[in-house]
This record gives sequence, C-alpha cells and structure tokens, in this order.
Amino acid sequence: MDGLLNLSPEEWTAVRLSVRVATVAMLASLPAGIAVAYLLARCKFPGKAILDGIVLLPLILPPVVTGYLLLITFGRRGPAGAFLAEHFGIVFSFRWTGAALACAVMGFPLMVRSIRLSIEAVDRRLEEAAGTLGANPFWVFLFITFPLIAPGIIAGMILCFAKAMGEFGATITFVSNIPGETQTLPSAIYTFTQVPGGDAGALRLTLVSIAISMAALMVSELMARWAGQKIWSA
Amino acid sequence: MTIEIDVAHRLGAFELRASFTSQGRLTAFFGRSGSGKTSLVNIIGGLVRPDRGRIVVDGATLVDTASGVFVPAHRRRVGYVFQEGRLFPHLTVRQNLLFGRWFRPRRERTVDLETVLDLLGIGHLLERRPGALSGGEKQRVAIGRALLASPRLLLMDEPLAALDEARKDEILPFIERLRDEANIPIIYVSHSLAEVSRLATMIVVLRDGRIAAAGSPTEVLRRTDLMPREAADEAGTVIEARILEHDAQFGLTTLQSRAGPVRAPHLDLPAGTAVRVRIRARDVMIATVAPHGLSALNVLPGTVTDLKPAGEALVEVGVDCGGVRLGARLTRKSAETLGLEPGLPVYAILKSVALDPSTLGRSPADAKLRGDDAGVPVRDESTAAGTRKGG
Repeated sequence: MDGLLNLSPEEWTAVRLSVRVATVAMLASLPAGIAVAYLLARCKFPGKAILDGIVLLPLILPPVVTGYLLLITFGRRGPAGAFLAEHFGIVFSFRWTGAALACAVMGFPLMVRSIRLSIEAVDRRLEEAAGTLGANPFWVFLFITFPLIAPGIIAGMILCFAKAMGEFGATITFVSNIPGETQTLPSAIYTFTQVPGGDAGALRLTLVSIAISMAALMVSELMARWAGQKIWSA
Repeated sequence: MTIEIDVAHRLGAFELRASFTSQGRLTAFFGRSGSGKTSLVNIIGGLVRPDRGRIVVDGATLVDTASGVFVPAHRRRVGYVFQEGRLFPHLTVRQNLLFGRWFRPRRERTVDLETVLDLLGIGHLLERRPGALSGGEKQRVAIGRALLASPRLLLMDEPLAALDEARKDEILPFIERLRDEANIPIIYVSHSLAEVSRLATMIVVLRDGRIAAAGSPTEVLRRTDLMPREAADEAGTVIEARILEHDAQFGLTTLQSRAGPVRAPHLDLPAGTAVRVRIRARDVMIATVAPHGLSALNVLPGTVTDLKPAGEALVEVGVDCGGVRLGARLTRKSAETLGLEPGLPVYAILKSVALDPSTLGRSPADAKLRGDDAGVPVRDESTAAGTRKGG
C-alpha cells in the first residue's frame, strides 16, 4: 500500500492540477449558475426554451464535440479567444485555464439543474411575507431565498466539481494533454494506459481519484445536512 | 385614522369592485369563501396590482391608478398576518419577530419588542424555530412579526382559520387587546360569524366581489339575509352590555344591557367592563306568559315586532326588549300555536349556557365608553357605503 500510494512528482502535479481546475471551474461558474437557474425557474421571456436547451446541451452532446466547439470559439484564432487574448490577455488554448473552462462548461448543466430545482421548491409565499415586512427584492433574495436554496446550491457545486474531476473528452480535445499544464487526472490515467508498464501508475491515480470523489461526496452530504438542519430543525 | 378604498379588479371570470371608507379600529371583511375578501386584502397589501382604483391609508396614497401611483408592498408599511403564518423556517422566533424592524428606519419604529412579547405572551419562545411551535404559537409570532414592522395598517387574513376551537379561544383575547391597545387600525378577514361579531367595530360584507353591506356590527349582523349560508345557523343579535356583578357562589356573571339583565357563566373580567354579547336566534325561546319552573335564567320581557319566514318550517321572530331587537328562531308551528303577531307582549328566554367564549367577549366600545351608563349601544364610528359603479 505504501508503495502503491507513493506518487511520483509528475503524478502529484496531475492531482494538484485536477483539484485546481475543478475548484476554479466550480467557483467561476457559480454566480452564472445561480443567475441562470433563477432566470429559468422564475422568469418568463421569449427564447427561454432555447436558453434552457443551450444550458443542457453539453450534457447531451458527445464531449468531444463540446471540446471542438470550444476550440474553434475560444482557441487562439477563434472569435472569442482572439478577442479575450487581445483585450484582456486571457488565453485559454493549451493552458490550464482552458481545462477549467472546458470543465465549467461540462459541469454547468448539472449545477444549474440542481439550483433550479431548489429555487422552484421555495415557497414563494414566504418571499411575499418578507416583502410585506419591508424587505425589497434584493434583501428578500439574500435573507429568504438564498438560505432556503443553500442546500441545492451546495449540491450543484459538488456535482459540478465531480463532473470537472472526471472530465476527459472535452478537455483533451480543447487543450490537449500537456503534463504540468493541461494533464488532469483522467488524462494522466489515460496516458499511463497507453504506455507499456504504466499499469501501476494508472492504478495509483485511480485510487487517488476514488479518494477525492468520496471526500467530495462526504463533504457535500455534511454541508447539505448542516444547511438542512438550519432550515428545518424542529 | 381613515382607510379609503375604491378598487376594481378582474381575475378571470371573477370581478371585484369595492368601495368604502372606514375609521374603524377593526374593520372586518366578512363573506363566504370566494367572495373576494382575500383578493381585496391582497390589493391593499400590495401583493396584487388592481386594474384600477385608489387606496389611501391615513392620508398616504398607496395606489392611484389614475395618476399612476403604485407603492410596492415593501414600502407600504402595511403589516400582513397570513392564514398559514408564513414564518421563515430558517430563522428563530426572535429573528422572525425582528425581521421587519430591521428594514424600518429608527425614527419610524413605533413598536418595541418588549411590548409585543408582553401583549402576545411569546417571550418564552424566542430561541425556538417555527418548526417547534404549536399552531396557536405560530400565529401569535406571525402577529408579533407584523406588528414589529411598525405598520400603519394591519391586515389579518383568516388568522384563526387553521386553528382548532381551543386555539381560537386562546388567541381571540390577544386580538382584542391588539384592537384596544395597539393603536393600529386592523382589517380582519373572516367567514366566521363568531370572530367577526366578537371583534369588529365595522363590518364590510362581501358577496360575489361586491360589497353587500357595510356598517356597525349591531346593524349589519341583524340582517340574516346577508350572512353566508354556513353562518346562518350562528346568526343572531349582537348587543353591547356591561359587567354588573359576579356571583361567586354559583360562578355566574350578571351583565347589564338595554334589553335587561343577562346572566352568563363566569367571565374573568372586572365589573364595569364593556362586553359584546351575540345572542343566537336559535338559542332564544318565546313565551306568551311569564314562565314558572323554568331552568333558563334569563327571561326578558318585550314585544313582538316582526315575523319573517326562514325556510319552510322556521320563522324568525323579532322581539323588542327595551329598544333592542332580539331575533328568535322558532318553528312555524310554535309561532302559530302561540298566535304570535306584531305588538304582542311576550317573554324572550335565553339559557345562560348558550353564552360562551364564542358568543361573548370584551367590547371594542370599552375604551371609548368607559364612564357612560351601562348598556348604551356603540356609537357608530364608521361611515360606509357599498357602491356599485360603472356597468
């Protein structure tokens, strides 16, 4: 066991990178995730079905297709990629930021879905009551809606994180498989399986992968229970 | 303090048109479910924007569609106590109570926590969460929460409807205190005759989205034809009285009313307190000669004023007792056997047992009429007009 979990510096790099990419993907998509979920749950506007479809698309499309779309949009010569690089100095292609973008796009539908369901479950009469007590819509959201949907937000974040940890197809298509820059855990495991004698390395990273996923799941359970207790405790 | 309302609103096939003015401390919206009571209250509270109309509370215009005024709910300072409480489940009772206060500038805070805790008896619940409260406690906290937002008007939408009879009797005295001590006008929605007749200083009867009648309880409740069908059984006469004395030996309280002395089971209020008694028409018997050997303690002499058929088998007989018209519901057979006709001197008989907390409570007249002679009817403090406008 000792030898098994004795990761090489390259393997540690992949683990750290994966955690960083997944964390950034989760946090960066959170504000947009809450906003889009709120929009879809509460508002009526023309083109709502289209927005709903676009948000869900990465869940249905083959990941390679999503990765390729990202490549032609956010690549150096892609319209969005060129614009961002020129005006803000943000480059996605073949950088870990690109991996984070790919993971965020892939995790976004799961996050939005979870938050949207929790918003739809909120008793709007409580928000009305808060309004009659003098709270404007912003305070109503902050003090009533937000705490009530917190368990859903946490669940959405964890789903997004887990999806990002496991993301492979879109990432490798968009930003390739560069050790130390874009080689996340799944890419590293894939690489190990492609070389002779890589089985031990693949197994080590697999175990790490399982450990991280289990930890994320348990943290989410704990947080959801804590948030739920705050809300429904008797 | 004046409340002026004149609104029209359409909801699908249902059309609400209501116009009245009230100076009452507790204005009751009375009517069967679906009559538009809650819609009207939601419009006053700012939860629904009326198609057109005007709402002015204490000089402040909340809605005036003609000049495009619509004050959003959170800027109205109109407290709202909902039927289901609507306490925030993730906050403690203390946080719930202080929620509205937080949004009120310091100089506008007219109500403080101590007063509310004392008024509603909820001081021991502060650290609990709503999930751990009984139905009656929840409603008291909801009332306190609305009060602490320092409203200029308090709306109460069937606040007791979700409670059983015992809980209702537990909360009614708190609402009476609120009406008499808090100095905030109240609009109280109910389909319960017992609540309305006990609490109201003015009653607005709604039927099919229109105002069928509006006025003082003694006036409005006399008109049984206005009652929702489910309340007809409860209908009767509301009279103002004053506690004369307590009889400790038999646990009775004697009330002084214009109709004569009325004995009721013991009331826990000091002598001299003004009370309001609802005498259900079905609880009143009639005799043409002074009865002997009768268990009923209240025998009030009077004169028959009118007879109105109430269904096939029943008649409602009006009896004038000292200037108060008591309604009595009899079978047509009894009325004919006794030969009842207007002008006939009779005795109205009422069992003391028929007077219980659902028919007897502290009168809103108490604060105003202290020092006057007992049994003086309430001065009408409300002006009202049920109007039908347009086509």
